[in-house]
Amino acid sequence: MLSVRFFEHFGKYLFLMKKSFVRPEKMSIYWKELMRQMIEIGIGSVGIVIIFSVFLGAVLTVQTAYQFTSPLLSKSIIGSIVTNSTIIEMAPTVTCLILAGKIGSSIASELGTMRISEQIDALEIMGINSAAYLVLPKVIAATFTIPLIIIIGGFLQVLSGMVVGHVSNVVSSTEFMQGSVQYFIPFTITFAIIKATTFGFIISSVSAYLGYYTTGGALQVGNSATRSVVASCILILIFDYVLAEIML
Amino acid sequence: MIEINEVRKSFGDREVLKGISGMFERGKTSLIIGASGSGKTVLMKCMVGLITPTSGSIIYNKTVDFASLEDKAKKEIRQEIGMLFQGTALFDSMSVEANILFPLNMFSKMSTKEKLARVNFCLERVNLKGTNKLHPSELSGGMKKRVGIARAIVLNPKYLFCDEPNSGLDPQTSILIDELIHEITEEYNITTVVNTHDMNSVLGIGDYIIFMYQGVKCWEGNRHEVFASTNKEMNDFIFASKFLKEIKQNSSER
Repeated sequence: MLSVRFFEHFGKYLFLMKKSFVRPEKMSIYWKELMRQMIEIGIGSVGIVIIFSVFLGAVLTVQTAYQFTSPLLSKSIIGSIVTNSTIIEMAPTVTCLILAGKIGSSIASELGTMRISEQIDALEIMGINSAAYLVLPKVIAATFTIPLIIIIGGFLQVLSGMVVGHVSNVVSSTEFMQGSVQYFIPFTITFAIIKATTFGFIISSVSAYLGYYTTGGALQVGNSATRSVVASCILILIFDYVLAEIML
Repeated sequence: MIEINEVRKSFGDREVLKGISGMFERGKTSLIIGASGSGKTVLMKCMVGLITPTSGSIIYNKTVDFASLEDKAKKEIRQEIGMLFQGTALFDSMSVEANILFPLNMFSKMSTKEKLARVNFCLERVNLKGTNKLHPSELSGGMKKRVGIARAIVLNPKYLFCDEPNSGLDPQTSILIDELIHEITEEYNITTVVNTHDMNSVLGIGDYIIFMYQGVKCWEGNRHEVFASTNKEMNDFIFASKFLKEIKQNSSER
């Protein structure tokens, strides 16, 4: 029964994606909508990512230092651990889990409300492909802007880790930087961007799917928003593992 | 004109429309009336293609069976359709002007100046001059309906569908909306189909009326024939109040 429902949802999701990824009726209008979504999804999420990244980087440095009590270990290893774990996991995965809550719920509730208030029907009656007009700009905007936000977040995490380590006398900024550079693997940056792009697509498309097919009233809009966050988070974790297996 | 033949629609085992036929002529206001759950909205959604009927045909302009068309062809006909939704379905994030401009931006090749002139003309036509910059949340129920009508007619549609245009409005505003729909229908020679419960609409603007009861077309006629109707279900629905029953009795005695 569960697998039947899974395939039913998966089929409907693929159908929505097929309906969305088509040539736009009027490019200028879609372009405007894409820009609006980029501002809403991208710039709108920068604030929360800055706050989250600054504190996550700080906590990571303090807690890593706490575990390294042996005088035989060089303190620069703290910089290496904070930098690598930030680039590989904290910035793309953990930040995307936060963004799933912010962006995912917003997309699902926006489309859900449009569905129950017949705004989506109104678009269809006008002869507009509602899926393409509403879903495509959101998916493209999230897929392009989330990796950029993740780069900012990752940079801030490492920076705040270094500053906090220095200020709290755990590790000097020179030692931190030395460790960061010494064990740095350039491919991890590419890997982080691939992960962020994948997660951006998952968050936007899954939330759009759950919002677009909302039925009922206000209660169901709330349910769709909650389900979109839960589904996005689970899929992010699954794909995090899949990508690690494939690419590392 | 729109002709529907033996339209049927089932949801699972439940048949909601049981073979509805009718003819909606150009320049006339046609009403689909009936109690809640009688299938009016499903029939209208079948007519505009939001729901695909199980069987039957919906023929636009004597040539095209809308129900059997491909999506692309349906889209072309839809550009000739204007629709006023029960809850108006105005885009919350846009101003009144942007709501009405939206179909023009999507489908017309007019210059920006011409488009704005058309928007202002439509707003004036529905007596909402000067409300361009307001948002739907700043409008009353009646004003929202009028903006909905303005958006529906902005592309000069051949067909106008109105789903319960009077719901949630006071009697005076309802009459104004009815009159506006009727005037627009005659002025632009549009095929208008209205779903309604409202007796003022039935008696005021019903050039052609279909009465639906439990998914079946029970009666058809015009507003002048309503009083002479002998159909029990129809009379129970139309003359539900004691006051209207007395009017009906007096008219039959005369």
